Amino acid sequence: MSTAESGRQLSVPLASVEAVATDSADPPLVHARGLTKRFGEFTAVDGIDVDVARGEAFGFLGPNGAGKSSTMRMIGCVSPPTEGTLRILGRDPRTEGPAIRARLGVVPQQDTLDTELSVRENLLIYGRYFGMSRAAVRDKTDELLEFVQLSDRAKDKVEPLSGGMKRRLTIARSLINDPEMLLLDEPTTGLDPQARHSLWDRLFRLKQRGVTLVLTTHYMDEAEQLCDRLVVMDKGRFAAEGSPRELIATYSTREVLELRFGADADNKVYADKLEGLVDRIEVLPDRLLLYTDDGDGSAAAVYDRGLRPVSTLVRRSTLEDVFLRLTGRTLVD
Amino acid sequence: MSATLHPDRESATLLARIVPLRGTSARRASLMVERSLMVYRRGWVIIVSGFFEPLFYLLSIGVGIGALVGSVTVDGTVLEYTAFVAPALLASSAMNGAVYDSTFNIFFKLKYAKTYDAILSTPMSPGDVAAGEICWALLRGLIYSTAFLVVMLALGLVGSPWAVLVLPAAVLIGFGFAAVGVAATTYMRGWQDFEFVQLIVLPMFLFATTFYPLSTYPSALQAVVVCTPLYHAVELIRDLTTGLVDGTLTIHVAYLAVMGLIGLRVAAGRLEKLLLT
Repeated sequence: MSTAESGRQLSVPLASVEAVATDSADPPLVHARGLTKRFGEFTAVDGIDVDVARGEAFGFLGPNGAGKSSTMRMIGCVSPPTEGTLRILGRDPRTEGPAIRARLGVVPQQDTLDTELSVRENLLIYGRYFGMSRAAVRDKTDELLEFVQLSDRAKDKVEPLSGGMKRRLTIARSLINDPEMLLLDEPTTGLDPQARHSLWDRLFRLKQRGVTLVLTTHYMDEAEQLCDRLVVMDKGRFAAEGSPRELIATYSTREVLELRFGADADNKVYADKLEGLVDRIEVLPDRLLLYTDDGDGSAAAVYDRGLRPVSTLVRRSTLEDVFLRLTGRTLVD
Repeated sequence: MSATLHPDRESATLLARIVPLRGTSARRASLMVERSLMVYRRGWVIIVSGFFEPLFYLLSIGVGIGALVGSVTVDGTVLEYTAFVAPALLASSAMNGAVYDSTFNIFFKLKYAKTYDAILSTPMSPGDVAAGEICWALLRGLIYSTAFLVVMLALGLVGSPWAVLVLPAAVLIGFGFAAVGVAATTYMRGWQDFEFVQLIVLPMFLFATTFYPLSTYPSALQAVVVCTPLYHAVELIRDLTTGLVDGTLTIHVAYLAVMGLIGLRVAAGRLEKLLLT
């Protein structure tokens, strides 16, 4: 295959897609086909196909137990796939794990900071694990502590830091080797709103610098804020895939009208009376959700049918609506 | 196709069988020692305390009881009791340093601090972690042994130039016990399992010819004692400090080396199984 041809991916027949992925100048950083992870009888990840391009911010969205973390561990080359093809940075994790990990940054779900070391030492030794010289790692450490606003805590032990500070330190640690791709497993779970926004700000700046982000979350606002593209995972498979806007357009409507008929009202009866008014009605114990492209128009139509709700609220449809539609409202633990 | 094996790959497989670890480098393993040095830069007291235990035994049993016992006859040579006990205590201190570091400390990092989970996200391999941690544990044993050797020299308890080999021998003892210690720790379910460590280490310390020669036992019991690793450690150091060196030295060395290599291999395999699932 000539160089000119290998550069044009579209002209290549499907069967050789993988060959192109490794040959071309900029292969997808994550390339998975039929990727499967089983633990004994339990299938955590059930044959997923995914590609993440350089510079993208890609999200895995899903309830607990959907297989997000298992997928992330396979991408991070710390968990061998049971079946399927996986290429990270164009290489095979089965045989080139250390070489791949050298170019990744990982923010795990649980903090794994070295509690026996100080804030600064955490970064110093972590850089050394990547084979960096002491001088290089010292410079990088100072720069990163500045970036995550922890310079004044450099000499402190890790344990007394707040949750948000620990997360920021973990992010600083993940950047010590100037990774090409950053893997973040539920980066803001358990943080207060200020800490979350501060973290999003850092991640957004990394994205602007061209770092590829792959993250899992079950926060819809996080996915909408950070992700160019995302998949909704449920029971080890992809339930939907697209940009946040595309997903809302496909699985929800532009707006949602929320109606409340009071605490004692039988919402099911009201739902029957509103039959045919909008595309879809969801009955919740305390309210009705009407999925519509024109919230105000639908509200007027509700009044036209002689119904008098206690309160009406028109809001933009969010990823949360998509998520709940796709994965259901049943509680998953 | 399968009949024509690639010669390089074949020799690589053979090498992997003899040298137990795949994907392990001395440079990366040394980073685990660098980490421990960072940790203990602030906590030397913890390490220093481990030196006093054998020293107190030497003073109470070696010097105190030694005054009552007088001398011991080993292979027809008469030894001062203190000179008989001291090398055994040195071997025990090498063992203790290695065992304590490779069990309690490793368990904490493995199960609670998740230290190794973070480390394995980098180019470091389970073999690097196992080798590095074993190396640190044996160094801790070596620190105790060195301090103890200085005491022995000061008390005039070293009677042979062979004693220059005591420290390399202490490294070997530390390696054997640290490797098995790390391997055993990967099987521990909770802190209560550490009772088993005491259950093995203490009787060995008391009975593995530390305080009296092997000939004290009836032959059936001798066979049991000879199987324990501390027996070989004690005899190895005792041979060197007394100068009563013979062919059995190689048996002691081989026993401890094989013990260490098996421990290292099991430890690396277990870490991989536990952490890279």
